[in-house]
Amino acid sequence: MRQAGLDAHEQRAHELVERILTGDRVAAGRAISLLENGGPGAPCLLSGLYPHTGHAYRLGFTGPPGAGKSTLLDRLTVELRKRGKSVGILSVDPSSPFTHGALLGDRVRMSGATADPSVFMRSMASRGALGGLARTTFEAADVLDALGRDVILIETVGVGQSELDVSSAVDVTVVVLTPEAGGGVQMIKAGLMEIADILVLNKADREHADAMEAELLDYLDIVENGRLMRGRVSTAEGWEVPLVRTVALDGTGISELADALEKYRAWLEESGVWEQRRQRQARAKLREMIAARVERALWEAPGRRELLDALADQMAAGRTEPVRAVEEFLGKVRSSGLLI
Amino acid sequence: MVEAMARPYKVLLAKPGLDGHDRGIKVVARALRDAGFEVIYTGLHQTPEMIVEAALQEDVDCVALSILSGAHMTIFPRVRALLDGQGAKDVVVTGGGIIPEEDMEALYAQGISRLFGPGTSLDDIVRYMTEALEARREERESE
Repeated sequence: MRQAGLDAHEQRAHELVERILTGDRVAAGRAISLLENGGPGAPCLLSGLYPHTGHAYRLGFTGPPGAGKSTLLDRLTVELRKRGKSVGILSVDPSSPFTHGALLGDRVRMSGATADPSVFMRSMASRGALGGLARTTFEAADVLDALGRDVILIETVGVGQSELDVSSAVDVTVVVLTPEAGGGVQMIKAGLMEIADILVLNKADREHADAMEAELLDYLDIVENGRLMRGRVSTAEGWEVPLVRTVALDGTGISELADALEKYRAWLEESGVWEQRRQRQARAKLREMIAARVERALWEAPGRRELLDALADQMAAGRTEPVRAVEEFLGKVRSSGLLI
Repeated sequence: MVEAMARPYKVLLAKPGLDGHDRGIKVVARALRDAGFEVIYTGLHQTPEMIVEAALQEDVDCVALSILSGAHMTIFPRVRALLDGQGAKDVVVTGGGIIPEEDMEALYAQGISRLFGPGTSLDDIVRYMTEALEARREERESE
């Protein structure tokens, strides 16, 4: 029975892959759900998609809530469509940790992009994952890659201080800030600046935009050969991070942003950093998948949860202490002979 | 370890046409979120084609429309027909607004799920949605 059931799931996964390769958007929508929900056909689906991925240019957008990321992505999508690129969008919004419900409102700001039926846009609830993304955001990106999208835009939750995950899994990280985003020290503290390949100062028509730009440029200053160079910070690989001023609402600076993204891609390919990036992405992905498998195996083996409960009872009653309890737990795991 | 939980139901809430009154739909969106649904809100001025395209890309369990403009007899059947045409017959179409009783009956006969008028309590909406989507999931899984 079980085997027959699995075969049916595999069959369905194969069908989805075939349909996605013909550009079927309904199949792409279903496939992302299968990955999000981790159904029995999900591993088969991922394996089937894999040979057809790796072509899309993956862009990550991060920055504090209210920075205008959704509106910026909407206008950028329209610009990329004008330049003949097909576009996929993944927007992540937070799930409630209490009810698991989520209100996914990015479509409200993306009516320009989504009016074009060839733009595929998917909202994802974070479902408890940290780092500004859903656990399956990059798997969903594989679906859009196999669907033939040239460019995939990934928008993070936007909590601002724990979004470093996105940079390990995209080709370019765009950090979106506003004149109100806080002083320079705040920016450095947030760690956001270090992950930026391109900086966007959105809402640049507002008061204090010039002051914010000056502050950002101060941050981008480096001392080269004993001389202060303005706005010349470069990433570890040697790319000079540009600052693009935009007003997403009226479209100001969007074309310049698209240019900067094209320039970055050309640099990635010429410098050979593209291969390094893909290796880094592969590593991050493998690590994530291995960790997920190990964790599942750890808790699925019989008796593990009961053992956890028993040790917790002992600890609460003061009969053991945490370090010893962990050792005892791992000792039993090892002697069981089952994977970890 | 995060305990495996039943996946949340996904609902697309949309305001079709020129009707710009979105207070009600936003209240419903919040109530559904608080009841554990994943709610996708599209915003105002959506055409039936846009709504259906969004429903397919988002792979939702249910499309719920808020119509206060009197266009319900055109828009509900149109959304239903477009979904059916794309092989999404099992997506529940429901909604609310200023809809006379006899129109509701006529829409039910055309495959529209329950409709809600003014004065409906949020609890009723949440209870109905939960039951309808549970039944749909059981049906889907028994296939």
